[in-house]
Amino acid sequence: MENALPLVQVTGATVRFQSDTALDDVDFRMFAGEVHSLMGENGAGKSTLIKALTGALPLDAGVITLDGRTVQFATPHDAQLAGISTVYQEIDLLPNLTVAENIALGREPRGRLGSIDWPAMRRLAREALADLGLDIDPASVLATHPLAVQQLVAIARAISTDVKVLVLDEPTSSLDFDEVAELFRVIRELKSRGVAILFVSHFLDQVYEICDRITVLRNGRLVGEYLTTELLRIDLVQKMLGRSAAALAARPRLDGYEDPDPSVTLSARGVTVLPGIADADLDLVEGEVLGVAGLLGSGRSELARALTGVDRLEAGIIRIDGQATRLSSPRRALSVGVVYSSENRRTEGLIGELSVLENITLALQAQRGILRRIRSARQRELAASWVEALDIRPPDIDRPVGTLSGGNQQKVLLARLLALSPRVIVLDEPTRGIDVGAKVEIQNLVGELADTGLSVVFISAELEEVLRVGTRVAILQNGRVVDVLPSDGLTTDSLLALVARPEEDES
Amino acid sequence: MSAVMKHRLFWPLVVLLALILLNTVSRPSFVRITVHDGRLYGSLIDILRNSAPLMLVALGMTLVIATRGIDLSVGAIMAVSGAVALTIIQDSGDPANPAVLAVAIGTAVGAGLVCGLWNGFLISVLGIQPIIATLVLMLAGRGIALLITGGFITTINSDPYKFMAQGYVLGLPFAFYVSLVAIAIVALIERRTALGMLTEAVGINPEASRLAGVRARGIIWGAYAASGLLAGFAGILYSSNIMAADANAAGLYIELDAILAVVLGGTSLAGGTFSIAGTVVGAFTIQTLKSTITFLGVPPAVTPVFMAAVVVVVVLVQSRRFRRFMGRLPARLRTWTSRTPDGAEAAS
Repeated sequence: MENALPLVQVTGATVRFQSDTALDDVDFRMFAGEVHSLMGENGAGKSTLIKALTGALPLDAGVITLDGRTVQFATPHDAQLAGISTVYQEIDLLPNLTVAENIALGREPRGRLGSIDWPAMRRLAREALADLGLDIDPASVLATHPLAVQQLVAIARAISTDVKVLVLDEPTSSLDFDEVAELFRVIRELKSRGVAILFVSHFLDQVYEICDRITVLRNGRLVGEYLTTELLRIDLVQKMLGRSAAALAARPRLDGYEDPDPSVTLSARGVTVLPGIADADLDLVEGEVLGVAGLLGSGRSELARALTGVDRLEAGIIRIDGQATRLSSPRRALSVGVVYSSENRRTEGLIGELSVLENITLALQAQRGILRRIRSARQRELAASWVEALDIRPPDIDRPVGTLSGGNQQKVLLARLLALSPRVIVLDEPTRGIDVGAKVEIQNLVGELADTGLSVVFISAELEEVLRVGTRVAILQNGRVVDVLPSDGLTTDSLLALVARPEEDES
Repeated sequence: MSAVMKHRLFWPLVVLLALILLNTVSRPSFVRITVHDGRLYGSLIDILRNSAPLMLVALGMTLVIATRGIDLSVGAIMAVSGAVALTIIQDSGDPANPAVLAVAIGTAVGAGLVCGLWNGFLISVLGIQPIIATLVLMLAGRGIALLITGGFITTINSDPYKFMAQGYVLGLPFAFYVSLVAIAIVALIERRTALGMLTEAVGINPEASRLAGVRARGIIWGAYAASGLLAGFAGILYSSNIMAADANAAGLYIELDAILAVVLGGTSLAGGTFSIAGTVVGAFTIQTLKSTITFLGVPPAVTPVFMAAVVVVVVLVQSRRFRRFMGRLPARLRTWTSRTPDGAEAAS
């Protein structure tokens, strides 16, 4: 394969949103048969560059060439026709249609008279899935599959066209170890066929495992392009953040500090919501961060939802300060100071089209009721103080929250919950899909909250993060809490071994 | 200037003013207002008067649409309300007695409220899709109205009742004051309490709102109840105008006009952020459009076609996407013509 000429060449790409320059004179190239990573903090311009490349956003200046020809995409469809396919982080499939329909959507095989050729469609879907080594019934409805499988279907959809460039935006954020390995196998297969793959992920391990070349962006500008083998991790992080790695170190925990009489704020016994969790016990102490670790499907989110009144208990009891409390709705849970931040920020967290101000005051206003409206001046004061306290950027409380970056959206959600002065806060994957800088900020914030006496449940698929943030770690297996250990004695490897150990027989 | 153009009421107002201008150019007497016996007369005054039932219904529709719903039953609720009021007045034998009128109007509006509560129950408690749930009353409501009037068109003779749609106060039609009071009350309740913001939150993202502790069920139920109540008042105004309860004709297709008024006012059918002021402008626009049709002497047979054509133009003018498309059209045509069939790109 002739590698001298790049398959994709972007020169001088510039995109402006009113007065903000999101992308400033960026050069970028990809070769056929390589896996390329685009790295940068939130707001560095990664998404903007991807959108420009895939026709979702027009360039204000600059040129894109594909196979040596200058191209201009008015819509993502144009880009797809030219051979550039994208799988976005938020799965953009139709859950109520079948797997086959999703894969063939927009290019359904036609029979005579223009009617859809269903057998051909299912055949096409089966082949696309077989390519990925997936055994999924093409006639099954997409929503019946777990999120991880839906993600793989999205990838199957993207590669079932005649693809030259495949863009994967955070493809692994909802996959477990085996599924990631499966995805990497497929990526290598596509690579050997000469497809250029743009792999965007905030998991450094994965970037180093699969990528040949890395382009780093910062504040909308190009920092540089590097071969993965020649770039040390620490250098990569420095280039992304533009500051030294020492500043990234997590807040030191107060070692040796032990509350003389730790008081239990929330205790759960025999909590059951089938099929997710069965007979789970948990004690939460005042001022602690309880990390929750478990594999996908171990009931992490289900536990969070059961503790916070989102899903009703089928069995079990929850005591708050020793008092049995029925958390029959999120509203009820909020009123006793138990708050929940969902892993699905956009669908179950924020009200996208409302402003930062309205999103921050929403829960507090809902608690006060319709008639006792918070005065406008007080609302602004409240929102502005949270924006400042959590360093939400841009600091504009009238901006629709949907236009903020992932990390800042998460902070807005936190502000909404913290405005209620809760006693227990349950965070489900609060750092998913956000960049290194914002991640460290949120981890540190969680520690500070615990120092003020708040009890925090911190759920994450990243074991390293669970260890770093949690004072204790609860290990979940098949919907049960099998162990609670202090995090000081654990390493990522030993925790992984605990999480992944085969289920013991009842003894 | 661009700040003015970006205001959400800019295009709705442009459309309304353009319609008035069109009428004035074709017949200058359109904007003439004359005074008789201290009362104002003229086409514009007629629009203020005749738009009242639509205004009430459209206000309710705004709240329902903000919750991501729709209320198809408003016309039928008007028929029920008119039938209840006129039947009570007719049966009393004393049609001019204020006490009788108070009971009649109270019961009729109460009937509208009950209808709205029924819709809200089906949608917020049983979880039936709004379009299906309100279709039930849309079809059954007129049957109920016929049942109340015994299958006849009930007519009455009552000057005080007639006053509501046809009377004047301080030179302006009484019905217009009813509109104003309704607009003021709805705007106050939505914007001076937190109801407006919470309604928008529920309309945009019901699940996120529930998790934030918003009583989504109560808010949705309340929106349909308000819509039923306002349709009840609209039914009174309608029957007062013709002094008859016509179960088949009262409020016929008004749900479509109301939905259109809401959309013209800039509130999206997808729910969420809504504009009361926009709906007010939208309702006036629809009423002006209807006067235009009469005024221009469009033959009745082609009225729906004319109306449809104007509506398409009006909606397109208000569509930001369409305006952007038209703005880019010259450039697009140029690139299109420069792409020659053999694929060679013309030098730019």
